[in-house]
Amino acid sequence: MDLNDLLEIAEKENASAKPIRLRCCTAAGCLSQQGDAVKNALQQAVADADMSDRVEIVGVGCMGLCSAGPLVKIDPDGALFEQVQPEQCASIIASLNGGGPAEASVGSDDIPFFSKQHPIVLENSGRINPERIESYIAAGGYQALFHSLREMAPTDVVEEISKSGLRGRGGAGFPTGLKWATVAKMKAERKYIVCNADEGDPGAFMDRSVLESDPHRVLEGMAIAAYAVGATQGFVYVRGEYPLAISRLKTAIQQARRMGLLGTQIFESPFDFRVDLRIGAGAFVCGEETALLRSIEGQRGTPRPRPPFPAQSGLWGYPTLINNVETFANIAPIVSKGSEWFSAIGTEKSKGTKVFALAGKITNTGLIEVPMGTPLRTIVEEMGGGVPNGQVKAVQTGGPSGGCIPAAHLDTPVDYESLAKLGSIMGSGGMIVMDQSDNMVGVAKFFMEFCMDESCGKCVPCRAGTAQIHKILTKVTDGRATSADLENLRSLCEMVKSASLCGLGQSAPNPVLSTLRYYPDEYQACIDGGAAAEASA
Amino acid sequence: MAVKTLTIDGKAISAREEQTILQAARENGITIPTLCQLNGTSNIGACRLCLVEVAGVPKLLPACVTLVGEGMQVSTDSEKIHEYRKMIVELLFAERNHVCAACVENGHCELQDLAISVGMDHSRYDYMNPKCAVDITHKRYGIDHNRCVLCGRCVRVCDEIEGAHTWDFQGRGANTRTISDMFVPWGQAVSCTSCGKCVQACPTGAIFRRGSTVAEMQKDRTRLDFIVTAREKKQWIA
Repeated sequence: MDLNDLLEIAEKENASAKPIRLRCCTAAGCLSQQGDAVKNALQQAVADADMSDRVEIVGVGCMGLCSAGPLVKIDPDGALFEQVQPEQCASIIASLNGGGPAEASVGSDDIPFFSKQHPIVLENSGRINPERIESYIAAGGYQALFHSLREMAPTDVVEEISKSGLRGRGGAGFPTGLKWATVAKMKAERKYIVCNADEGDPGAFMDRSVLESDPHRVLEGMAIAAYAVGATQGFVYVRGEYPLAISRLKTAIQQARRMGLLGTQIFESPFDFRVDLRIGAGAFVCGEETALLRSIEGQRGTPRPRPPFPAQSGLWGYPTLINNVETFANIAPIVSKGSEWFSAIGTEKSKGTKVFALAGKITNTGLIEVPMGTPLRTIVEEMGGGVPNGQVKAVQTGGPSGGCIPAAHLDTPVDYESLAKLGSIMGSGGMIVMDQSDNMVGVAKFFMEFCMDESCGKCVPCRAGTAQIHKILTKVTDGRATSADLENLRSLCEMVKSASLCGLGQSAPNPVLSTLRYYPDEYQACIDGGAAAEASA
Repeated sequence: MAVKTLTIDGKAISAREEQTILQAARENGITIPTLCQLNGTSNIGACRLCLVEVAGVPKLLPACVTLVGEGMQVSTDSEKIHEYRKMIVELLFAERNHVCAACVENGHCELQDLAISVGMDHSRYDYMNPKCAVDITHKRYGIDHNRCVLCGRCVRVCDEIEGAHTWDFQGRGANTRTISDMFVPWGQAVSCTSCGKCVQACPTGAIFRRGSTVAEMQKDRTRLDFIVTAREKKQWIA
């Protein structure tokens, strides 16, 4: 396999495309709304109308606008059908043949939800067939790997990623190039690459969508990383609740191996790289890197103190590079288009784009990718279409580790530093919109219950502290709390934040602290309400 | 071997570079409270009682796993640290059912000592009152989960010193339980060598030697009869 072979596959794939192509979303969101039945019905309709010589139905990944699913997009004329039902499919096919307008609701891709996006990670999502490697290659796939292996020294690759300014997309925002350089500098007889796909924040589904829509992009990013740091074995740690992502990854790994794009002597170079899947068993804490590594080793998934960092001592004590799905998905475009192209996007300290999962009280739920520094208002009100029949009260970012940002701060640019300043975090990209009907103490309690259930139980502040915080919050919502309880709540949150062993405990109090900061009245109202009820009883 | 010089609570000390802050402090007579730490087993930094402040580091660091560094300025007894330790001990007392008066370890218990040393006279947190089991299926020892603080000393001593790995944890968060083998009663745990190291390692009365607990002590009078019968009648029967 060399570059010419890649180009040949791409050419053949493009040549085999039929004049009219209907793209059906087959990612989990649309599948949950009969997306597969729609695809089958379309195929049947094409066969019935005897049009299979010029019309093809292609299952693609996520097109983003989950709230309007199942989505069907027609190429090349561009009609986008929303909420397609299987019984409407015959009329859609008939409309291609001049049989009158289709009896399906027509959407537009000229709305801010689509037009304000800047797809890099999602550039192929909803366009290519995630179950065919040829489809990825036709979109330019694996050329960045070829470019790295045959035209760049490993140090050049690390340098390019460093210069791009890419920061880890898993939440903390550690400079990716620096991490790669650390692993690359370690002298060891073997090194590992790990892709963290244990996405677990409530309301977050970015990584799932990338894996379901474009799995080869992640594999290519991992292979480039392996070459850059000198690793020969990679693991993708996917949560078990993502069966479709797992099956598409399995298919992708098999296909890449068969074509020689994974395995030994890739692109006829001395570089070997093998990727295996490891399936998580449902523990949120296994998204924490040291717990994840223990889980891959077959042990109980509990975090351990750092240092040593995985870059020095990771899987079985060997240097291990661990990055998130979205981080790896950014690698191939950076190598192909150059670090200058990438660092021109975004803000001074946060380069590139970020994928967000919009959920909650918002008109357009789904996935978007925007340049770093895009104001929260643009994302929520313009692209997301705001709250249906209501007003935005707050936006929760970063899941159970993040905080609630009140509507007054909607003009904040979304980047690592700005969100941290507001007491929240960028996190992995979950964004939950809340309206006036949402009680912020209840929101804090929901996330605290999640953290309490997901605490691994190893360190005392997180194990016993989250349970006590939850207990105090329950007292507050039940109207049984006093001002002394609020004081205990605050001091306990501070202690759990500073004293816990890993990121789970250190960030678990964030939803409480941020709502205490921005909505103290709601806490006070619960206490006053309880006192009033007691007085009247 | 390189030596580092540092200060702990203002006292200038020297330590070997592979030593932890905790080891260096102890060598110099400075007490840092610990619970999960047990000499001879690995350090896991789980109880968070040994957290110290190091000048220039924004986070609190666990002394048991943090190596000494040149010029390090360590503070082990700031007001904040003292308050956090007290909160952690209070959380432990509220978490399970610790009733000192009815405990075999009363007076020798590390958790009790900690409570006294941090000046705890009550827990400001509500008691969780969880339902916990007591396992006395083992012939010689028992485990009372009401008193377990999940420090993991038994797990490490059994794995790292005895090499049996009878103990481990199951469940998570507040539902974490110390289990023997694949969650079988201790008496049925085939890997257990009955060595008793876990009994010695346990900081509280959670793991104990049977026959010595309150209301459990029974005198074996038949032993006397046996000896007298053997002597007088030359009959070797019980």
